Amino acid sequence: MNGEFFLSDLETFRKETRAWLEENCPAEMRKPMRSEEDACWGGRNAKFSCEAQKLWMERMGAKGWTAPEWPKEYGGGGLSREEAKILKEEMAAIKARNPLMSFGIWMLGPALLKYGSEEQKKHYLPQITRGEIRWCQGYSEPGAGSDLASLQTRCEDKGDYFEVTGQKIWTSYADKADWIFCLVRTDREAPKHLGISFILFDMQSEGVSTKPITLISGRSPFCETFFDQVKVPKENLVGTLNKGWDIAKYLLTHERAMIGDAGDGGIGGRSIGQIAVDSLGTDAQGRLADQALRADLARAEIDGWSFMLTMERMKDEAKAGQGIGARSSMLKYYGTEMNKRRYELLMASQGPCGAGMGRRGQPRWGIAPRLATHQGQFHRGRHVRSAIEHYFQTYSGPSGFLRDSIDGIGIKRRRTNAARCGQGVLE
Amino acid sequence: MKKRRLARFVNYAMMRTRWAGPAHCGRKWPTWAGLAFLVPEEYGGIDYGMVGAGLIAEEMGRNLTASPFISTALMAVTALREGTDEQKEKWLPGIAEGKTIIAMAVDEGVKHDPAKTALSAVAHGNGYRLNGEKSYIIDGFDADALIVAARTSGEVGDETGISLFIVEKDAAGLSSSRTKLLDARNYAHTEFNDVDVAGDALIGTLDDGFALLERVLNVGRVGLAAEMLGASEQSFEMTMDYIKERKQFDTHVGAFQGLQHRSAHLYSEIELVKSAVLKALQMFGEAPEMAGAGAALAKAKAGEVAILAANEAVQMHGGIGMTDEYDIGFYMKRVRAAQELLGDYAFQANRLAILRGF
Repeated sequence: MNGEFFLSDLETFRKETRAWLEENCPAEMRKPMRSEEDACWGGRNAKFSCEAQKLWMERMGAKGWTAPEWPKEYGGGGLSREEAKILKEEMAAIKARNPLMSFGIWMLGPALLKYGSEEQKKHYLPQITRGEIRWCQGYSEPGAGSDLASLQTRCEDKGDYFEVTGQKIWTSYADKADWIFCLVRTDREAPKHLGISFILFDMQSEGVSTKPITLISGRSPFCETFFDQVKVPKENLVGTLNKGWDIAKYLLTHERAMIGDAGDGGIGGRSIGQIAVDSLGTDAQGRLADQALRADLARAEIDGWSFMLTMERMKDEAKAGQGIGARSSMLKYYGTEMNKRRYELLMASQGPCGAGMGRRGQPRWGIAPRLATHQGQFHRGRHVRSAIEHYFQTYSGPSGFLRDSIDGIGIKRRRTNAARCGQGVLE
Repeated sequence: MKKRRLARFVNYAMMRTRWAGPAHCGRKWPTWAGLAFLVPEEYGGIDYGMVGAGLIAEEMGRNLTASPFISTALMAVTALREGTDEQKEKWLPGIAEGKTIIAMAVDEGVKHDPAKTALSAVAHGNGYRLNGEKSYIIDGFDADALIVAARTSGEVGDETGISLFIVEKDAAGLSSSRTKLLDARNYAHTEFNDVDVAGDALIGTLDDGFALLERVLNVGRVGLAAEMLGASEQSFEMTMDYIKERKQFDTHVGAFQGLQHRSAHLYSEIELVKSAVLKALQMFGEAPEMAGAGAALAKAKAGEVAILAANEAVQMHGGIGMTDEYDIGFYMKRVRAAQELLGDYAFQANRLAILRGF
């Protein structure tokens, strides 16, 4: 097959994809998102803000395009890297919304594809791509944050089943999730990294309870999660007993890259400079009137653009088979630091009004201009909340990252690979 | 360990001699086929494209190679490729053989600002007469010819009314003096007193040379960005090697978290520069209309980080980093000069802000 022929194959795919999207993406799903309610998470108790949102998720799910590069037999799209890129470009061209936000797609899926049994892949992955089951991640505990491997949630072999007792914390959306993928201690005598297993269970199981944690931003994306003698079927163990740490590490590299990816603070929409122009006006030459702020915004643009290109480059390299290793920590570190600066600048460009909290779903000032973010447009209170929450993300990031990354550079060699990952980003 | 293709040009000793030596260092360029990189094949070149040229520039940055690659192989060739067949025939084969050096004469003021070109070129006989001054001409002192941005109409500050002329170094009325910057390379200040050139010295279109000039400068900006990336990588690696060896308080200093955090931050910044430079190089071929934006981004980010990398390198080396005996200081000197050439951070940031609508 020569290059030209290959290219024309891809061109055909692009045409077909464009036509399919044109026909199947509802008009409402091509408008910027206005609030968190417009983000679709699927699940048993899915709340759709409109019928179109449900339809869009179902159509994309049926096609496997919610996870374009997963194999078709597991509910994915079976697309090649090049095809997936084309799909992404064509979706961007019509401003199509992400049909499904999912920890299943971003985190659990890649781990199951690598470590899961054939039965597990066949059972769980299609439920994820169709948005039928919403997952949460049971990693951090009150006594195991950065030092994740010292987790204490007990999992005992009761013959016919496992019994799980303990507590998790910072579990994102645990109160809304259907199932949990969870790190548990299955051997209390072994060194701490060698007694951990990776299991899956239903959040409706008897003995599971959740309690949302209210953040200083006023929102509650995280929960405390309690397990009291929860019975878990034995086939829900992923991989080998006591070898869960390997899976945890693998999954973390996906999570970090994802966090670096999420929340670009305005890059995908209008530039933050343009947002400032709308708010503050320009001089006679069409430049932002506030010169000092303009210089700060330009610096943020330069870093933002360079960062976005770095995400792209690392994705390409990862797909080409080069591990991203320590660099996934770098993405999280730089991404959160950069977003923090961007949110500060967004707030500064709005004056005192930018520090208003607003109320979810309805702007506090009737005509308050809506501000663009990567996911579309949210009212300005969104920025204050997001800015405050970024301090949290950032707080959890650097310590783990820096140690990690330096290991990657190779200065500090005495810690094991496992410890490197575990003393990672989750707190 | 990767074998450095340009290792034969590594010459810290030469840098040292030149830096401390007399003002005039003479012509020291090796005859080098690398100048043929962007020259079309029909003129003896290899026409390899910007992505490949960027790799060469990056290696030169790592090795602090002083060569006319950016002035001649990148910028002058880019300009000449849009010249007449006669101009190509006259200049390109010499460049491809590594014998001819041609420099771009653009800046006149304290800072880079091509629209402020004042040097005048007025019709005279069958050609043009040039009067004015050019400063900080990269590789200008050793050049066989200069490509000069001149004002043929309009006011200083206008983008229209600028034209490009090629002027040979022995033209009557042309006088050059060497400008010594802290990177010890060949810059020139050149005065034009009634310098007459023939009509066929014009490259491109009369009065409409600014777009071509910008294309030429963008190629040079990305070349410098790639070079500064190489310098950042090399000074970073030298520093990491050093702090893994240097012992204080019974342990290698790299074990201290204070240095680790700074190293990790620098590592991240250099990764960003790699991405920006690669994209800027690719844009010349893939999206020429975006090349200006890509060049501004790459030059800004690479310049910012190169200075951070060099400063951190000297600082983390401690006292020895401050000595002339140790090589790391040469990176600090080179990137400071390179940051100023063809537009510094503020210049590029301003361009990007305009392109992004603020």
